[in-house]
Amino acid sequence: MSQDYRLDNIGLINRDKKVSFKFNGKRYYGYEGDTLASALIANGVHLIGRSFKYHRPRGFFGSGVDEPYAKVQLYKNGESEPNVSATEIEIFEGLESESVNCWPSVNFDVGAINNFLNKFLPAGFYYKTFMWPKSFWYKIYEPFIRKAAGFGVVSVKHDKDRYEHKYEYCDLIVAGSGPAGLASAYAAAKNGAKVILAEDKPRFGGSLLTDEVNIGNQSGKDWANKIINELKGMQNVTVKNRAQVFGYYDHNMLVMSERLTDHLAKPKKYTPRQRLWYIRAKEVVISSGSIERPIVFGNNDTPGVVLASAAKEYLKVYGVLVGKKPLIFTNNDSAYETAIEFKKNGINPLIFDSREKPSSEIINEAKNLNIEIKFSHVVVSAKGYKKVKSAEVSKISKDKNTLGKIENVDCDCICVSGFWTPTIHLSSQSGNRTKFDKNIDSFVPNQPKQKETTVGSAKGTFTLEETLKTSFETGYQLSKKITNNDKKILTPSVVEKKFTKHDKFWCVPLPKGKKYKRFIDFQNDVTVSDIELALREGYRSIEHVKRYTTLGMATDQGKTSNLNGLQLVSSIEDKIVPDVGHTTFRPPYTPVTIGTIVGREIGKHSKPTRKSPMHTWHKENNAVFVDAGVWLRPRYYKKGNETLFQASKREAANVRKNVGICDVTTLGKIDIKGPDSAEFLNRVYTNAWLKLPIGKARYGVMLREDGMLMDDGTTTRISENHYHMTTTTAQAANILSHLEYYLQVVWPELNVNVVSTTEQWAGAALAGPRSRDLLKKIFTDLDVSNDNFPFMGYLEGNLSGVHARIFRISFSGELAYEINVESNNGNFMWEKIIQLGKEFEIQPYGTEALSTLRIEMGHVAGPELDGRTISYDVSLEGMLSKKKDFIGKRSLNKPAFIAKDRQKIVGLVPIDKKTSIPEGSHLVKDVNAKLPNPKLGHISSSCWSVEFNNPFSLAILKDGKNMIGQKLFAVSPLKNKVIPVEVVSSHYVDPKGERVRS
Amino acid sequence: MLFIKCPYCGDRSQNEFAYGGDATVKRPEINKEVSDKDWDNFVYLRKSPRGKHLEFWHHVSGCRQWFKIQRDTSTHEIFKTFKVTEEI
Ligand SMILES: [Zn+2]
Repeated sequence: MSQDYRLDNIGLINRDKKVSFKFNGKRYYGYEGDTLASALIANGVHLIGRSFKYHRPRGFFGSGVDEPYAKVQLYKNGESEPNVSATEIEIFEGLESESVNCWPSVNFDVGAINNFLNKFLPAGFYYKTFMWPKSFWYKIYEPFIRKAAGFGVVSVKHDKDRYEHKYEYCDLIVAGSGPAGLASAYAAAKNGAKVILAEDKPRFGGSLLTDEVNIGNQSGKDWANKIINELKGMQNVTVKNRAQVFGYYDHNMLVMSERLTDHLAKPKKYTPRQRLWYIRAKEVVISSGSIERPIVFGNNDTPGVVLASAAKEYLKVYGVLVGKKPLIFTNNDSAYETAIEFKKNGINPLIFDSREKPSSEIINEAKNLNIEIKFSHVVVSAKGYKKVKSAEVSKISKDKNTLGKIENVDCDCICVSGFWTPTIHLSSQSGNRTKFDKNIDSFVPNQPKQKETTVGSAKGTFTLEETLKTSFETGYQLSKKITNNDKKILTPSVVEKKFTKHDKFWCVPLPKGKKYKRFIDFQNDVTVSDIELALREGYRSIEHVKRYTTLGMATDQGKTSNLNGLQLVSSIEDKIVPDVGHTTFRPPYTPVTIGTIVGREIGKHSKPTRKSPMHTWHKENNAVFVDAGVWLRPRYYKKGNETLFQASKREAANVRKNVGICDVTTLGKIDIKGPDSAEFLNRVYTNAWLKLPIGKARYGVMLREDGMLMDDGTTTRISENHYHMTTTTAQAANILSHLEYYLQVVWPELNVNVVSTTEQWAGAALAGPRSRDLLKKIFTDLDVSNDNFPFMGYLEGNLSGVHARIFRISFSGELAYEINVESNNGNFMWEKIIQLGKEFEIQPYGTEALSTLRIEMGHVAGPELDGRTISYDVSLEGMLSKKKDFIGKRSLNKPAFIAKDRQKIVGLVPIDKKTSIPEGSHLVKDVNAKLPNPKLGHISSSCWSVEFNNPFSLAILKDGKNMIGQKLFAVSPLKNKVIPVEVVSSHYVDPKGERVRS
Repeated sequence: MLFIKCPYCGDRSQNEFAYGGDATVKRPEINKEVSDKDWDNFVYLRKSPRGKHLEFWHHVSGCRQWFKIQRDTSTHEIFKTFKVTEEI
């Protein structure tokens, strides 16, 4: 297909490089530098999709981020991406795209029947129609709406693209590279400031690329090129195109998304597709420009109705005509530039200007070019279904309420201009309470809350001369404040045409007896009558009107619709726009891919993975790993076809019978040093610590100040002023912060230092009746007899040339030891023990067996220390010192804590001795009782007791102390189970604790 | 994301820090009698002012020092940061 709408001698695209691409299965050609939109228009394709609610044909409306319609599904390298804006995506060889929101095809759309059923689809129709009957919602309404509405299809495949995050600091960030941005960045950079200049489009220069102006005796475009090239060469400047600053957060944190490879057919392998920049700037210049505002008229969504500025950009940047018989409909001077540009390229435009008798330099120029202009005339409606074929036009009265005789004018596009809306999103996001400027009928930034300055048309400055003057000054002043340099650049001279005032007119009245749809929000299909209906139904706050009608809530966030919506509300309500107020602007300014936000933090990179020094050994010995906080721990070591259940039973039984070895490196370890260490421990733990001898360990429990259990572990006195504390794996980081808080903030007088040594030591637990025999083999020159090395003893030894710390402590309830060596000797220790342990039938055991062993011994762990239990609840009240004060003690006399029927830990065995009780089940007395059935307690931990070969659970049970022997029901609605159970002691195995002391 | 000046390390991003609560709350002295009311105030009762708030922060991924920040809770403006031992 030939590019019928492409001109030969105008535009900034690369004519030497032809690019082929596909749209809806059909192949087209464009040039390098085209957007999908410009290339399609060049080929005469104006129908690109169907509208959201009524499925009306839609084409192109804008030429950039303001585009409400032209969203496509993009296919590239086997990946698919929804809702890509055709006006932003640059074409590359092999690009494939499809219309969204139409079925079965863009030309024949079944949903278009909504267009004729529109009385069923008024504002708020989702709320009204689909609320009743309730049972219909999930099965009928919701699936239907989801299929009929919405845009593209999200890929459910893993995103193979690479995304990155980058952190940057600068003196000044400039958002937008139009004249205001270039001038500010240039002035600041020349004055020595570290500057980042960001441009959302591929080309720098903004309006200078399309405006007929002169700066310092050069065309605006050439001046922009010169400045950009100079900036690019400066060491203190970073210049980024295809980079959208989309969010302005606290403390001058700007977030920018940079598209690096979206425009390339075959990106290099490790080049990220997009990069998210977190930029902390000392000062921010917002030069985000302005967006043209439409005028609302009948059927103004017909393909071929475009913004006048977009028509000009297609012409001047891409050499593309949006039509060959253009009709310009305007209320201001800027659309005359579009008309003149058409004329210069041999096309005869027709101007309809709503103003009565405007006079200005550019209007005169148009007249001199013999362009036909009709003042006090408006477009009443567009005619044509899939493309504009003609327009109904009319004279309009001075008060803009009365139309004259309606006439038909042939045209193939309508270029509309309703003046300009400053882009205040970033400023508003930063906390700037914007104000309404009556001269330009728009909101503009007011007092900044953060360090930001808005310049150029984003501030409502619409002359180039004033823009350059204020922007050069802003760049200079801000950089001077930061760098203390005083090098000022002279502002160049400017030649531009003077414009006269715009008309305060944005909505063409309906002719009598006509019911044209007049769209305000093009993407969400919100019409004038929808807003009128919302107001009739009593919605007043603009935030409510927005939510009820969905005005401005689409992916374009109402860039072309917000002000017209406000204008309409204010004229119906007979208020002025500032009293109606605008809705809140929130980041992101333009849609950002989830991949960019996530960056490299995917899969295994989503959090750090900590592995013990023995990890490789575990892997080689068929360990199946489990996440334990950030650690990877062996859950069990699989032999043959064993299941988790079988393997853990085998491993636990071997501990009870012979000896097992478990990697306990992950336990939190804190080194405590200083003369006041004992006093500190005495305040931190509930039991007494002042008399712990050197070379002894002690079990301790910590509380929070509210009396709840916080953590437990053992602490060993290594020497006079040196202690080694262990914490649970999960709480290690919190406990260190907790200790630091008390030492630094509460008791700074204590001379104690704490430091984490978790990663410095590798740990192995040896547990089982044969562990002492094995220990003898490992430390041949040590006396490890029960007399010399009793329970809770501590020794240091030589493990085949490696220094080792040996603690006689036990989590499994068996005779047990924990050996620590420096981390880099961990694997050596492990292999040595395995080798020496062979004759004692040593087997490694994982966390599953570890749990089994501690549960049947009634030892508490995380599930019991869940932040809702006190010492009494887990039968650790014996460790509460009566003689001394400690953290949380004062809270323990609360009535609930000392209630007679206070909850307490118990053991549970199913009556049938077969059915395992799911953790989290609730305990009730009578399973048939009337609801709500009073809950007596919950199951905290469950295991299969290897000692008794039946299921066993720990539970926290109301009045648990007096419940031993009772029969209850464990109920798990989640697992759909009701299990009769008997309450037993929580110390199911070795209740007197003889084994650990044996 | 806030930009916080650690009194020991200088300006750092918020993600290096952990919030530590109201810094005007003083823990009752250890080993001293304290009334139920005073203890209750210390453990549970906190003001939630709109405006200036003195609070503890912990430079967890840095020097691991606790320090104080005077911050506006509605604007997030940080007026000053101090060492624990310093007063406003
Ligand atoms: Zn620090």
